Amino acid sequence: MAAACLSVDDLCVNFGGLRAVDHVSFAIESGRIHGLIGPNGAGKTTIFNCVTGFYRPTSGRVRFLEHDITGFRPDQVAKLGIARTFQNVQLFASLSVLDNVLVAKHGHMRTGVLAEGLGLPFVRKQEHAVRDTAFGLLDFLGLADLHRKPAASLPLGHQKRLELARALALEPKLLLLDEPASGLNTSETQALGEMLGRVRERFALTVLLVEHDMGLVMNVTDVITVLNFGRKIAEGTPKDVQNDPEVIKAYLGETAGAGRG
Amino acid sequence: MRCGDFRVSYASDERIFETRLPPVALAALLALLALVPLVAGTYWLDVLNRIGIAIIGAIGLNILVGFTGQISIGHAAFLSVGAYSTAILEVKAGVPFWLAIPLAAGLTSGFGLLFGVPSLRLKGLYLAIATLAAHFITAYVIIHWERMTNGVLGFNVPPATVFGFPLDSDARIFYLIFALVVPAVFFAKNLFRTKVGRAFIAVRDRDVAAAVIGVSLYRYKLLAFVISSFYAGVAGGLMAHHSRIVFPDAFSLLVAIDYLAMIIIGGMGSILGSIYGAAFMTLLPEVLKLGATSLTGVYPNAFGLIASARDIVFGLAIIFFLMYEPQGLARIWMRFRSFWKLWPYAY
Ligand SMILES: Nc1ncnc2c1ncn2[C@@H]1O[C@H](COP(=O)(O)OP(=O)(O)OP(=O)(O)O)[C@@H](O)[C@H]1O
Ligand SMILES: [Mg+2]
Repeated sequence: MAAACLSVDDLCVNFGGLRAVDHVSFAIESGRIHGLIGPNGAGKTTIFNCVTGFYRPTSGRVRFLEHDITGFRPDQVAKLGIARTFQNVQLFASLSVLDNVLVAKHGHMRTGVLAEGLGLPFVRKQEHAVRDTAFGLLDFLGLADLHRKPAASLPLGHQKRLELARALALEPKLLLLDEPASGLNTSETQALGEMLGRVRERFALTVLLVEHDMGLVMNVTDVITVLNFGRKIAEGTPKDVQNDPEVIKAYLGETAGAGRG
Repeated sequence: MRCGDFRVSYASDERIFETRLPPVALAALLALLALVPLVAGTYWLDVLNRIGIAIIGAIGLNILVGFTGQISIGHAAFLSVGAYSTAILEVKAGVPFWLAIPLAAGLTSGFGLLFGVPSLRLKGLYLAIATLAAHFITAYVIIHWERMTNGVLGFNVPPATVFGFPLDSDARIFYLIFALVVPAVFFAKNLFRTKVGRAFIAVRDRDVAAAVIGVSLYRYKLLAFVISSFYAGVAGGLMAHHSRIVFPDAFSLLVAIDYLAMIIIGGMGSILGSIYGAAFMTLLPEVLKLGATSLTGVYPNAFGLIASARDIVFGLAIIFFLMYEPQGLARIWMRFRSFWKLWPYAY
């Protein structure tokens, strides 16, 4: 077995009396696209928030490569190489498309306040270099023509792609995607699936994908972990999971999953 | 023919520093500034000096409030720390002004860092209230630490001297003020062309997203306070040298409000806006005063009327800009400029 990129061990998260995540453990192998699925409120986003430092788990550990990142701040997690997108897109509304990506280059820029304020030549050189990289990324994701537009003016599909570009600009080792296909139509979702394949190839990434669109999940993932009411109820290849009676039961009555799952 | 500023490709867009002044323009600007004291009378020099000081102070406040989104009503306190530290260093410790001003600005930065700590927990109105507390604490200390500050009376500050040459006239102090205004403007402009400035805006726009791409909210929120109060420290030091006296009333809460008005009217999150706002807020009372003077012949009580009119006009201006032009004069200027660039083909 390849080394685990991310492992979540015995994770519990309580919100008051509600146990949103209940003794969940799973590990993602490096280079895989790992799916995390489950009905609404199953605890998927909560796990993302624990991994990226927005929530502190009630108990359990989160490990990333050789680091124990439990309780790290979001910016510390980012610096280690974990990037994410949000279920509700979170862009910098007033910044241009290009600038949104450039903010994510923060960790790759070595200059300080003084050098930048003085506009020293190496600051400008660095700025040009990161601009090239960022523009290349926008080009790769088909957003290059829009690079001057304010992020807030883009349609949702483009906003989601921009958020992906911004996450990739971190040059992460692990990418967490929270429902990248929500709000997209069928052809857009299909395009997204193809893009994810290309992204993985080009950036040698490990991906953890939360998604309700079962077509997409079954198509692109190598392994799937299924949650229900905060508990892990199944794990395996898309095929195994699809035929798992527990999973079918959990999804029964759920329009999103029942039809296709 | 030049027909608007449409950039189509990324390559032509690469000129990130396009708004950077070409050296010729910069030299012309500096030459122009150098000539001002030779032609302007003392009245207008005094006005320009106050605008210059306000520009530095307003840029400082804009970095904190406009660019980073942290509301502060404590700016007068930061100005007062800069002014009093400069004055005390010079008068009590005999430090020369060229050393006292940067030292005082550094001290004000430390003070800003201290009073920026609540920003790690508080946002919006709650942070505003915390900075208000900073204002009153500072005012209290200044009034009661009499041994250092001479209490409510304040104390005189001797003119700065350059090679034994006292900067004791409006014309001479003009050079000191604008020798600091020019670099203050360019420093801030440069900052917002690259990493640090973008991080500030990211924190303002969406702090969650800023954190998730590696921007430390702690560091940048505090850094905004530090830079902002450094500017306030310099502006305060210049106030001490411009009015040659420091006293508590010069740093009342109204001063903090005036500075907020400057950045609201000039344009939040805009360096140029800070300049417009500083000029507007300094010029408006002068214009009203001129109006009053010409009216006294007809209506002897005009001055009293104008004094109250000032506050009303400011209030109305703030409300107008908040409601109809939240990006301030800077935005109006931009629209005006692009209109003329495209004219007569504007649509
Ligand atoms: N900050 C919070 N405070 C209180 N309860 C929360 C909080 N965040 C999540 N929850 C609760 O935890 C449970 C799991 O929520 P979570 O957002 O992780 O679900 P999810 O699997 O992402 O669902 P969805 O598919 O709808 O996005 C839900 O019952 C939710 O109401
Ligand atoms: Mg969710």
